[in-house]
Amino acid sequence: MTTAPVEVKQPDIDDVVVPDRPWIVIVWNDPINLMSYVTFVFQKLFGYSLEKATKLMLDVHEKGRAVVSSGPREKAELDVFRLHEHGLWATMEHES
Amino acid sequence: MIFRRRVRRARNGGFDLHIPKDEREMLRSVGPSLREVLVDRATALQPGEDEAVDRLFPAAYPDDEERQAEFRLLAHDQLLESHLGALAVLEETADADHLDEDQLLAWMRALNNIRLVLGVRLGVTEDRDEWPDSLDDPRAPAFAMYQYLTYLQGEIIEELSA
Repeated sequence: MTTAPVEVKQPDIDDVVVPDRPWIVIVWNDPINLMSYVTFVFQKLFGYSLEKATKLMLDVHEKGRAVVSSGPREKAELDVFRLHEHGLWATMEHES
Repeated sequence: MIFRRRVRRARNGGFDLHIPKDEREMLRSVGPSLREVLVDRATALQPGEDEAVDRLFPAAYPDDEERQAEFRLLAHDQLLESHLGALAVLEETADADHLDEDQLLAWMRALNNIRLVLGVRLGVTEDRDEWPDSLDDPRAPAFAMYQYLTYLQGEIIEELSA
């Protein structure tokens, strides 16, 4: 015995308005960039204090990654680009 | 050997360089090898085919093919221009005794780029356990170059941060 399949009207995903969730920029650890260099680049690009830049660098070094900035997509892409200009391994994703 | 700092912030602005002749030779050799990766290999190869190229042109969206393709379209040529611009400054000023801050920042980026290429090629790790223990090791010259550039990079950052 079986029942007839019931057609359920699914909401069309494309119709759902997703607000522009912020993007986060992540820098990943690598064995080549110097710790002092990474700290310097964070200060130079983002205007962070030595303390903040050092803490982020240590997060990258010890935890393997750190979120270094966030914002709308265009801003995050520009930050990623500037990090790539300085040889840092940066990616971006939606804030979860 | 008398230890002497290679880079020093000058009192009247800018930075004085005290780099011996043989080291200037090493710096001049950076240009061709970096350009080979930035231009020749980056043009001929697809992402994922050469780790050194991928390190100089990383993916912004490693898990999103469509967005990454868009990003690459917009960013790749600009990033190439930026990397080449820094290298051009290093090549033009390889014999200079004095640099302004922008020039030293360009040195910093160009030297870091060649360190990324060498480091990837040599399989450098944080433990450094792959370092050759003998000068007869065929990789010894490349490691020596890497080590020298790391040392110089360290001094540049120290002076820029001072």
